[in-house]
Amino acid sequence: MKRPRIAILALTLALALAGTAATATATTAATAKTSYTAVIDDLMCVVCHEPLNVAQSPEAFQERQYVRQLIAQGKTKSEIEDDLVQQYGPAVLSRPPANGVNLLVYIIPPVVVILGIVIIAFFIPRWRRRAREADASNPQETHALDAADAKRLNEDLGRFA
Amino acid sequence: MRRFILPGLVAAAAVALLALLTFGVSKQDDTSSIDSQVAHGKFPKAPNAQQALPMLGSNQKASLADFKGKVVVLNVFASWCDPCQAEAPILAKEQPILAKHNATLVGVTYKDLSSASEAFDRKYHLTYPVLRDVTGEFVSSFGTTGVPETFVINRKGQIQALQRFPVTAQWFNETLPRILAEKS
Repeated sequence: MKRPRIAILALTLALALAGTAATATATTAATAKTSYTAVIDDLMCVVCHEPLNVAQSPEAFQERQYVRQLIAQGKTKSEIEDDLVQQYGPAVLSRPPANGVNLLVYIIPPVVVILGIVIIAFFIPRWRRRAREADASNPQETHALDAADAKRLNEDLGRFA
Repeated sequence: MRRFILPGLVAAAAVALLALLTFGVSKQDDTSSIDSQVAHGKFPKAPNAQQALPMLGSNQKASLADFKGKVVVLNVFASWCDPCQAEAPILAKEQPILAKHNATLVGVTYKDLSSASEAFDRKYHLTYPVLRDVTGEFVSSFGTTGVPETFVINRKGQIQALQRFPVTAQWFNETLPRILAEKS
């Protein structure tokens, strides 16, 4: 009589443990939509204007704690960033949104690079052409050493030999 | 014509840099002008008085203009700021006194979580309206770059006094009676 009771108790306990483990696994799966470092690396401390992963201000500690809470609630990185913008404004993002005046941040660097390339491509051939034309217009100009300079050069080189 | 392209670009870049410098310097002047005007007895209008900000713990919005006719003691604070916590009990004591004189404290949160600001209000029993300045633009027009800061705005909407540090009961006692006695 005792053995069946023990068996039922053991079975109940095993089922309960299995259920708890399954719930814990499900909860972890629900919350693991992003990692702390993946989120924190793209955020700023809005008070000290330093990257949030190195900032040491009291506000930065509050911000990091809030990020941990949002991750624990199972929010994605994008949802967390939206939430933080609602709380702190767009300055919380290390990469500003590409609209309004912020658009200049994305437009100016490539424009400057392209402008630089265009300037180089435009002016360098002109400078080289001018140099060639200058050489052509002075054919008598040679770079050969006269006898005295050649002798002096040979003497100087001889001292180093 | 072509020979002017490069000097033209350099001149344009120099002008742009000068414009940026001028803009930066002029913004610096804005920051300190309220302090200097108040110190010289010229009382400037409270900036952005029409700007509606969300109210803490509510879906409503409010602006300084909504308090027209009242003396407004505008306190900029954050829950993470230790000096703000130190002055909060003084503000809590001051609010009922102000209410008797057709005046009110108005809090403005500075770069703070709404939930943390609400917890701060509950902890220190702050019953006055609190506005949320999410982007910080509203308080920056007052020259605010840190917290706590307090501005006393008279019934005509002019800034009569300000404190860039934590307030004390003595500061309120010395500052408020004259302003509260003024008629609108």
